Amino acid sequence: MHRALKLVRRRALSSIPVLLIVVTGTFFLLESATGDAVDAYLVSLGGGDAELARNLRETYGLDQSAWSRLWLYVSALARFDLGWSVAFNRPILDVILERLPNTLLLMGSATALAFLLGSLLGIVAGARPGSGVDRLLSVGSLALYAVPSFWLGLVLILLFAVQLRWFPTAGIESIASGKSGFDRAVDIARHLVLPVCALGFIYLALFLRMMRAGMAEIWRQDFVLAARAKGLARRRIVLRHIARNALLPLVTMLGLQAAAMLGGSVVIESVFAIPGFGRLAQEAVAARDAPLLMGIIVMSAILVILVNLLIDLAYAALDPRVGQGERRT
Amino acid sequence: MREFAARFIRSPEGVAGLVLTTCLLAMALSAPYLFPRDPLSIVGRPLLAPFADPAFPLGTDRLGRDVLAGLMHGARTSLLVGISAAVVAILAGAIVGTLAGFSSGWFDEALMRVVDAFQIVPGFLLALAFVSVMGASLPLIVLAIALGAWTGPARLARAEVLSIRERDYVAAAWVIGMHPLEIAFKEVLPNALPPVLALVSVIVAGAVLTEAALSFLGLGDPNIVTWGSMIAEGRNVLRTAPFLSIVPGLGLVAMVLGVYLLGEGLVEALARRRIRQ
Amino acid sequence: MSKPLLQVRDLSVVYGRRNAATHALSTVDLDVAVGGRLAVIGESGSGKTTLALALARLLPPEAVVEGSIAWPGLDRSPVGGRDIGYVFQDPGSSLNPVLTIGEQVSEGARRHLGLSRGAAKKRALELLERVRIPDPEAALRAYPHQFSGGQRQRIAIAAAIAANPLVLIADEPTSALDMVVQAGIVRLLDRLVRDEGMSLILITHDIALASGLADAIAVFRDGRLVETGPTPQLLSRPANAYTRMLINSHIDFTSPRLIEAG
Repeated sequence: MHRALKLVRRRALSSIPVLLIVVTGTFFLLESATGDAVDAYLVSLGGGDAELARNLRETYGLDQSAWSRLWLYVSALARFDLGWSVAFNRPILDVILERLPNTLLLMGSATALAFLLGSLLGIVAGARPGSGVDRLLSVGSLALYAVPSFWLGLVLILLFAVQLRWFPTAGIESIASGKSGFDRAVDIARHLVLPVCALGFIYLALFLRMMRAGMAEIWRQDFVLAARAKGLARRRIVLRHIARNALLPLVTMLGLQAAAMLGGSVVIESVFAIPGFGRLAQEAVAARDAPLLMGIIVMSAILVILVNLLIDLAYAALDPRVGQGERRT
Repeated sequence: MREFAARFIRSPEGVAGLVLTTCLLAMALSAPYLFPRDPLSIVGRPLLAPFADPAFPLGTDRLGRDVLAGLMHGARTSLLVGISAAVVAILAGAIVGTLAGFSSGWFDEALMRVVDAFQIVPGFLLALAFVSVMGASLPLIVLAIALGAWTGPARLARAEVLSIRERDYVAAAWVIGMHPLEIAFKEVLPNALPPVLALVSVIVAGAVLTEAALSFLGLGDPNIVTWGSMIAEGRNVLRTAPFLSIVPGLGLVAMVLGVYLLGEGLVEALARRRIRQ
Repeated sequence: MSKPLLQVRDLSVVYGRRNAATHALSTVDLDVAVGGRLAVIGESGSGKTTLALALARLLPPEAVVEGSIAWPGLDRSPVGGRDIGYVFQDPGSSLNPVLTIGEQVSEGARRHLGLSRGAAKKRALELLERVRIPDPEAALRAYPHQFSGGQRQRIAIAAAIAANPLVLIADEPTSALDMVVQAGIVRLLDRLVRDEGMSLILITHDIALASGLADAIAVFRDGRLVETGPTPQLLSRPANAYTRMLINSHIDFTSPRLIEAG
């Protein structure tokens, strides 16, 4: 456990400068926008005088220089304060934390689906390279890999919600259903099926292809020949010796795809009208709420860092070679 | 070269990809001649079903715009944005990667932390923010997409440069007193580029998808027809006229698949040559 | 020497498409006695590893095999692991990096001897002791990267003999190791083969090693068997010029034998 903790601390510390770069870069990107949140707010009010604008800018600290505001932002961030959302008239952190669970549920389920089913089908394909099943899965996964997630979402809605009426078309749960406990969980699960498939299928295809390629590579390794020389059952060779090794790069890929998946959930949440973190980004853009958009980007960076920390821990648990010295020489 | 073509022909994936991309390229190039009118202009009765009127083989949308014209012109936008974004991303990535790998020390460290920073921010979110701040003209969309795609080439270029800079001809360039930047970009970069180019198909496909998603969310250039905006437009009448969303989506699938397959075929043909040598 | 353990007759192996390919082995005849120790020597590309893989039936699917390999010393067709133990050249790649030593040493015994988890663990412990791995209890839970090359090869040997095979095929078992540890591995093989009453087929390019460990030698060149015979005769009165050249270039009479025959 000690080894894992050290790993986490090292990774967490090295993330701080990277996060600072994200904050600074995003800050100056949004800084260069013409018109700030106050302008947007006044437009939404239907206009206002210069006096009001000046007062508002003072309240939100928008009258100070860019660098001093960046400094204020970073020092507030260190206290987990992301500022005030003009559009929602609430602390940004509250708005984000309210939306985050839906997105985490969506992403977590999509990741689980993609990873479990993808690696499983990858094992099926890679167990007998060149077989009919292998070729079918290979072509199928490539086709799936080319399907845009938002369009897949629409097609799924059309088929399974509009035509077959198996699943609801939108939302995260039935509105004012009064359900609680288990019934509510089932209701949410039913709402999640289609968005999870729409978001997860691309990654399912990706993991399938990686697993299949990884297994083909490992078939050629000496230790597989050694396992065959031991006369082990084919099943054991495939699962224990080959798949176990081929799984490792998939875990790394899981970390690399975390950011892309978070980005993908923006569109999926829009298609399925899920009040999540990604849809919040779109709302922030629509309301020209720059501090909120900034908060969303910073938060997503933190989220990606955290996911990668978890991935590192998982990898260390799966690969005995990581972070360990020679026991004896 | 002829030998390379022969090897390429032998890979069924590559040939399928070549056929698909050639068709789409032909669509894109011929669009302004076959449909000289602005595809966003209203030409007929709204919501005409496909195959109903020979003048509009794929029907019309909610506003009475020709779907086939939109599809052809949309291919143009998709390819243009996809290829331009890939070119920008690979050039930027190769330059940053070469500088980082060649300089080493604190400069390398700093550049790589910037690469890390771009990798932990979801590329799509970054593009969203960039377009919302800078505006939604085509060049800016290209730039926005490239912002999220240049880190892969940068990492790969750096890794290549790290191995290339130890080679004899680089040492020779130092000895004759060439300027470090000249060595980096004349001696090292051209040799680091080929493996980076293997990423082209993945980046083009990714850029096509990102552009479609942006315009689906209404963040594309409103004056240009794109497949993403056609899908978004059709979504309003998804129940009654599903073809409006389905047809441009199939175009996207065909394009992304074609680009992947073509890339895979090319990489495979190149790899086979390397094995022979 | 009564009934031989193993009879190879007219064995040919071709890799890949038949017209373009060259023979990896052609028309080989060879016997191994029950309890015998045969050294197969030759340079790289002589077909000796192909022979070993063919005996263990581990050739890749694209290999085309002709001729026969019969096991008169065995009343059934041999099973890999159960009847044939196989030690590979490089223990760095022949052990699975992500599985524990305990699992890799015992999996053959579990498969072929039908041992329970607990009994298999005891068997692995006993095997690790026999191949002289220090602190075998801890080694069971350790992974290959935590051991030195010589120790890894000892572990690989323990795994190969886990199900008490009749014959041990060792393909260049010392050539990936440092000079210092090579002698230790050779002594271990010698002791194990004697104690267990196993037959040994040693694949090597090192005629000194072969002379110390084997009672018969078969010399291969370009996929053909050049000459075979009991070790003393073959070394003192080689019939073939190629064998003579091998002996002259390899044996330096001032250097001690790796082990004393006998």
